[in-house]
This record gives sequence, C-alpha cells and structure tokens, in this order.
Amino acid sequence: MHELYKLASGIFVWIAILGFAAGMIGRLAHLALTARKKDPVVYQYFSLYYALRSMLHWIIPFASTGMRAHPVITIAAFVFHICLIVTPLFAAAHVILVMESWNVAWWHLPDPAADVMTVLVILGCLFFLIRRIAQEHVRYLSTAGDFVLIALVAAPFVTGFWTYHQWYGYETAGILHMLSGELMLLCLPFTRLFHMALWPFTRGYAGSEFGSLRHARDW
Amino acid sequence: MNQNNQKDTANNKNGIYDVGIDKGASRLTPEKIRKVFDALVETEGGARLRAYTNACVHCGLCSDACHHFLSKDNDPRLSPAGKVKQTISRILNKKAKLDVDFVKQACETVFTECNLCRRCVIYCPFGIDVAYLMLFVRRGCHQLGVVPQYIQDTAHSHASTFNQMWVRDDEWIDTLQWQEEEARDEIPDLRIPIDKKGADIFYSLIGPEPKFRAQLIYQMAVIFHMAGADWTLPSAPGWDNSDMCMFTGDMEMTARLKKIHFEAAMDLKAKRIVMGECGHAFRSVYDVGNRTLGWKMPPLPMVHAIEFYAEIFREKRIEILEKFDRPVTLHDPCNIVRGRGLGDEARYVINETCSTFIELEPNREHNFCCGAGGGVINCGPPFKNKRVESNRVKADQLAAARDKGAEVLIAPCHNCHGGLEDVIHHYELGLELKFLGDIIYECMKKE
Repeated sequence: MHELYKLASGIFVWIAILGFAAGMIGRLAHLALTARKKDPVVYQYFSLYYALRSMLHWIIPFASTGMRAHPVITIAAFVFHICLIVTPLFAAAHVILVMESWNVAWWHLPDPAADVMTVLVILGCLFFLIRRIAQEHVRYLSTAGDFVLIALVAAPFVTGFWTYHQWYGYETAGILHMLSGELMLLCLPFTRLFHMALWPFTRGYAGSEFGSLRHARDW
Repeated sequence: MNQNNQKDTANNKNGIYDVGIDKGASRLTPEKIRKVFDALVETEGGARLRAYTNACVHCGLCSDACHHFLSKDNDPRLSPAGKVKQTISRILNKKAKLDVDFVKQACETVFTECNLCRRCVIYCPFGIDVAYLMLFVRRGCHQLGVVPQYIQDTAHSHASTFNQMWVRDDEWIDTLQWQEEEARDEIPDLRIPIDKKGADIFYSLIGPEPKFRAQLIYQMAVIFHMAGADWTLPSAPGWDNSDMCMFTGDMEMTARLKKIHFEAAMDLKAKRIVMGECGHAFRSVYDVGNRTLGWKMPPLPMVHAIEFYAEIFREKRIEILEKFDRPVTLHDPCNIVRGRGLGDEARYVINETCSTFIELEPNREHNFCCGAGGGVINCGPPFKNKRVESNRVKADQLAAARDKGAEVLIAPCHNCHGGLEDVIHHYELGLELKFLGDIIYECMKKE
C-alpha cells in the first residue's frame, strides 16, 4: 500500500503530466502540420476575428440558438465543465500539495465550495450517463468508449470526495484518487476527452468560414 | 427501436432499387472497397477529417437541427451524427468490414439522407461540418463507381456538354434568340446580347433554364433592359454555372466546369458575373469552385441575382408600378443565406416589391432545408417519395406561415423550387411558388 502511494505521488505524477503535455502538443502539432499539407484552406480562411466571434457565442451560456433550444443540457454542460476544470486546479488540498512540492502557490477554493463543485461534477456525470441511455438518438450514437469516459471522469471526483470526507477506507480511496486523476490526465490527449483541445480550432474554423467567406452567423 | 434500426442498417435499401447504387456496388468486393476508401483517407483526408471525427462527443445536439431526423419521427439513424456513425466512422475504423451492403447503405445515406445544407453546423457546439464529411464519403462512392443513376447522368451531361441538361450548343443559342424574339413583342428594342466584349455583366444561369424554364431568361432580359444594364451571355459552353459533379464527388469535373465558367466571363472581358436565382450553382462558383481551382476567392467579382436586384432598387434603376398585393413569405435557401448571408438583401427586395411579408419560423440561417438541395432531388424519381416524406417539418413550417395568411412562397433558388413544389403538392399546402424575378417582372414598369 505504501509502495503504491509512493508511486502514485511520485513517478506517476510525472508520467501523467508529461504524457498529458506531450500528447496535447504532439497531437495538435500533428494536426497543424497535416492541415498545412492537406487542408491549406484552413489557413487561408482562418480569421481570428470571426473565430473569436463564434467562440464567444458558444462559450457564453445561452448565446447560441442551439443552447436556447436545449436549456437543460446547456445548464448541465456549463456547470459540469466549469466545475470539472476549476475544482482540481483550485482545490485547497491540491494547492497545498503543489506548494509543498514545488514551493509555488495560487488562490484556492474554500473547502465547502470545492465540495459542492465535486458533487456537481458527479451529478453531471450521472446526468450525461442517464441522457446517453434514456435518449434514443444519443444512445444510438454512444459507443462503449463513451461510457468508459464518463467513468474515467467521475472516478477522481468520487474518490476525491470520499477521501476529503474521510469515510471508511479513505486511505485506499486517496490512492485511488491519485491514480484515477493521473489516468484521466494521461488519457486527455488520447481519447475523446481531446475534444477539449480541439474545440477552439473546430469552432474557430467554423466561425471563420461562416464569417469571412459566407458572411453568415454560426450560432 | 434501436435494435430494429441497426438491423435496418444492414440491408437499408427501403425497398428502393437504383441502378447506379445496386449495380455499381455489385461489381465490388470488400477488399476493393477497403482499398479505395483507405487510399482516399490517405490522400485527401486531412486535418479537418481528423478533427471533426475526433472532436464529436456523440452528444446528439445536432439531431434536431436536421429536417430528415425531425421529419422521420426522430429516427436516430438520421441525425447528422447518426449519418456520420454509419458512414465515415466505419470507414475510418480499419477493423470494420466494408462490404457491398455497406456501400449501398452508405451511398444511399450520403446521397439521399443529407442535403449538405449545413444547418447542423450551427447547432453543433464544435462546429463540425457534417456536409464536409458526407461529401468526403460521396467522393469515395464516386471513386468506387457507386452513384445514384439520375445524378450520375447529370454529371455525365456536365462532362460531355459542360452543362447539366444535355443542351447542345446550337440549342442554347437558339433558345436565347427565341426568348429575345418573344420579348421583343413586349419591348421592341430589347436585346439578349451574345458574346458582347467588355460588358459590365456576364450573366450565367443553370442548364434547366434553357431546357425547361426559358421564360426566366426572358424575364431576366426584361429586368436587365429596364435597369439599363450592360450585359451579355456567352455563345460557347461556360454559360451554365451549375455543378452536380461537386455533389457526386467528381471534383476533377468540378474544376473543369468552374474553370470554363470563369474563363467564359474573362474571355469576354466582363467586369463581373451576375448569377441567376440558383443556390447550389452559387455555392459551386463562390465557395467550392474557387477553392477547387486553388483560389481563395473567385477571380472576378460575382453576385447572386438577389444582390443584383437589391442594387438596382437601391440605385432606383427600376420602378415598381404597383406592389405585389398577395401576402408572401420567403424560404431562405441554404446556399445563399447560410452560404452568403443574403437574407437581409432578399428581405429588402421583397420590401421593395411586395405589400405584405410574413416570416417563416425559423428563418434566415436557421431556416429548414427545402429537402432538394445537395443533389438529393437530382437522385431522381426512385427517391422522390422518401425525399418528400423526409421533409414533413418543412411542410409544417410552411403551413404555419400559410395559416398566418401567406399565399405565395418566394424561393430564390432553383433547387428549392423543385423541393418545395413537391412538398407543397404532397402536403396539399396550397401555396403558390415564385422566384423573386417573377415578382419583379410582374410588378415593374416595362415601358
């Protein structure tokens, strides 16, 4: 157990961070180069102004027609994604760990806030799971991988919540929390979670084509 | 339902037999199909293909952007992402077997169940261009020789005659002279100038105009004449701005077609191109043609008829005697509204010519497709019933405007006319269909 803890808090952290960084940079660079070679239009039509215009309409809740048409998933998706990104970066325990290891620190969330946000992420995962099963057209699109991804995202939050509240077996849960968090980080560039990095480019390009070439709105 | 749908997918032919699909596919083997698609992905599948297929999180938010999905009782196979799943996703999965049934089903999906209207692009949080993905599969089908017969026939016409409708060179000139003669009964000094060098306007139109709707050439000649426009048409091929080849995946032919069209205008040293009221042709010249030929933008200025109409009204070069007095509504064609943002210009022209205007809901970029575009109507009679049934949502949208009092539906696009005519007839909507040019011609001062 102790050995596993040492691994999870030592070498695995580095593997996860480096794997994440290398994967992100590598895949994006590969796409940029492929675009240069096979899709030169992407560079021709890309326009920062129209890309940002489109991104703004899709990053502000209810600023696009599609979001207004689907209010429930819009709220769920925004709450889920914000909590998913903010909680691990600003959880007090994480900030303290980083400070103790590398002597750098930043603002952290009050514990009760992080607690609530963790629950929101878990509820978000449940919402997406239920939606995937209950809505026929979403179920049709779903692959086994989509369900695994939900589990992969939920795991660090469930175990983190468990550890924080020091429930039965929290020491094991703590190790699982570290392992699952590292696994998620490592998987980010190599699974559909990569949509996080692709979004600015796909949305931005759609916005560019629609804006600069087609003189139309894409939201 | 889900299982049934998946079962349908295996032999999804809806009982429709099409020589181009069925006979074409029967000549293939799984090895050959795999080889062709793999080679296509290798040579032409770039960053967009990868980014679009990897970014999709299967959220289904595109589903109700699609008129096929909505019209067919939310059939999950017909959501944009559902069509991607059945076609390009399997092609990109190297382990998936691509057999003859797959090609038949994929061909029917990409050619007849997607109008490439891009409405889903503006509902997808990622802006995934499903039309691009469907066209990618169409390109593969073209390379395999599996294309619905009717649209392939128009592609053959393009290849042989440089126009869509097998119009012979002498018939083209004959039609122009015939329309000039007819029009001179009404306006004695009217001309349809052929091959005039250095004219301000090179007017181009689509093959079906001389073939079936010659009166549109007459009408446009009257509008040009009364607006005092300096215009011309070419006697040689290059007059047809349409292009079914970009819809069949024959991009080599598309390049030839667009090149001859631009060159015809440039040979006559025209200052700009004005195109007739057609949407797909506009897309082919403005968006697809320039790219295919390696230009970021068209090599000379070009405008759609709507822009030209708006211009002559703004410059007061044309006079309306009495506004069209029946209530009208407007169908925003995808290729000039989502494809060129001409919604406001169209409304300006309507405002100048009609007394009562009733909006369709949704409208502009959010309007529902006519169901005919993207080459779907060109796949011909075998798919007609399916096409009309796949656009019930359009009928509902039109019925709502009719219930508010609309009597006339304006659609400034030939493809839309075809699709909407069938929808109006099938769902007994009782709307009359018109081009903007019809209304202008009817209401303008002609002396």
